[in-house]
Amino acid sequence: MKTNARAASLPTLILLIGPAFVLFTVLVVAPVVQAAIYSLYKWNGMGPLVDFRGLQNFKNLLADPVFQKALWHNVLIVIVSLGIEIPMALGLALIIGRSDFKLAVFFRTFFFLPYVLSEVITGVMWQFIYHPQYGLVRAIWLFFSPGTQPPILLADPKLTLWMIMIVIVWKYFGLHMTILIAGLQNIPQELREAARIDGASRSQANRYVILPLLRTTIQLSVFFSIIGSFQVFDVVWAMGKGDPVNAAETMVTYLYKFGLQRLSIGYGSAVALTIFVICLAFSIFYQRTVARERD
Amino acid sequence: MTRYRANQTLTSIVLYGICFFVTLLVLVPLYISVTGGAKSMGQLLSQPLNLPIPLEITQYSNLLTGKVGGYWRALGNSMIVAGLSVLVALAVCGAAAFALARMRFRLNALIYNYFLLGLLFPLAVAILPLYLQIRRLGLLDRYWGVVLPQVAFQVPFLVLLLRGFFKTIPHELEDATQIDGYGPLGFLWFIVVPLSTPILATSAVLMLVVSWNNFFLPLLVFNKEIQFTLPLGVMQFQGQYMTGWNLVLGYLTLAMIPAVLLFIFAQRYIVAGLASGAVKG
Repeated sequence: MKTNARAASLPTLILLIGPAFVLFTVLVVAPVVQAAIYSLYKWNGMGPLVDFRGLQNFKNLLADPVFQKALWHNVLIVIVSLGIEIPMALGLALIIGRSDFKLAVFFRTFFFLPYVLSEVITGVMWQFIYHPQYGLVRAIWLFFSPGTQPPILLADPKLTLWMIMIVIVWKYFGLHMTILIAGLQNIPQELREAARIDGASRSQANRYVILPLLRTTIQLSVFFSIIGSFQVFDVVWAMGKGDPVNAAETMVTYLYKFGLQRLSIGYGSAVALTIFVICLAFSIFYQRTVARERD
Repeated sequence: MTRYRANQTLTSIVLYGICFFVTLLVLVPLYISVTGGAKSMGQLLSQPLNLPIPLEITQYSNLLTGKVGGYWRALGNSMIVAGLSVLVALAVCGAAAFALARMRFRLNALIYNYFLLGLLFPLAVAILPLYLQIRRLGLLDRYWGVVLPQVAFQVPFLVLLLRGFFKTIPHELEDATQIDGYGPLGFLWFIVVPLSTPILATSAVLMLVVSWNNFFLPLLVFNKEIQFTLPLGVMQFQGQYMTGWNLVLGYLTLAMIPAVLLFIFAQRYIVAGLASGAVKG
């Protein structure tokens, strides 16, 4: 078969691809490579890069209890995303993704709405919901058990992270639901009907026909959700900057505090690289195991 | 048979019940924010869920007339940054995707894969060197200091999205423009762009949402209040009026309105973008 693609002239190519190439190289690839180099030095971003420390930054980092805490918090966020957010999104997608479900468009619109609000706005709004004096949670608490002392939510180090996770689920379940509905719409409606005619109940049809076919989409959703969970920053920052006493510290808030606020570029780069390696290791592991079972 | 029917009805009731409950969970915080902005502090304290009666419009009017906060300025900044980002992203990614989709040259596959590599790099990984790079380029405290990096980080996904669509445009159309004496750029401008409006709209909306909600990058680049975008404005405003929650809620509500409007008008494109990502991914 003859391909019609044009043999392109060099000036045209430079004109078309050049800008994207330069932008991407200078502002994405170069910084990532630089982060890898800086992570081996002690450097504050000024003056020459001379104080080579080898892997010392990484050793310090992994030995820092605050970083360990931050990493653990990210892991907890992953667990909550996979254990609550995705199942919730999937359940709702199965309910309203069906063509005969009335008001589906109405529900879909409202469930997706939190996703378009900025994390900062969402975070500040929920700060108010949790507010010990004015908050809705306090009002509800007092309605059910009048006269008792409502919990202080965000200021209690034992609760902070969990309160933030509620906000994360609130904000993102609709996104995952939307992705899953898109996947559902790729599955021919006849398959479900055929299963029903063969005597399968609604839940059996879901379990044995729809879910296996939806698998690729679910995996994608899971993947996004995990990568996103390792990079949580905005919501946490807007809801108290990871405090009190690092109770909601995540790896990226840690990166911001050490790398940028104290301008320890070397140390901060080691943090960045660690986050990257965790994400990368995860994607490779994921591709090799979970995603491959498909075949 | 009647029992089956009854079961069906019960299931339906439960399912609708769940959906309405979740809708409530989504809407209540928004309701609290909108109404809270129109309450006095006393009302906020004593009637958290009630409608704001009597209406206390001082907060909204003070915010809208610019007596407190810099709502309009922050809105303007957000619009400038988002507008520039969308224009640059469409031009730059559209052009590159076109060349990668429709032109034959030796490094095509290599360059495409090089762009795709970017899907693996989260912004956080690059942020420190990026900050130094922005400083070196003299872009701190400038709109471009946010616009260019945030576009650069969208290059991989937008090139992927647009290239996929451009590849589906029939070759006959390209031959026809060639016969009419146009070069590749003529084909791009007169055929590809008009045919690609939906995918261009999707790309534009995705870029717009990213830009509108971006917080990390503006936090680094903009140090002067005069350049603050809405997310920065919200943070700053809350810090400033710590105890005046009705005012803060008013600001929040006003800051939410553009995103909600965008959502209402462009939901189709946002969903299309996510769906194509989901299906191709």
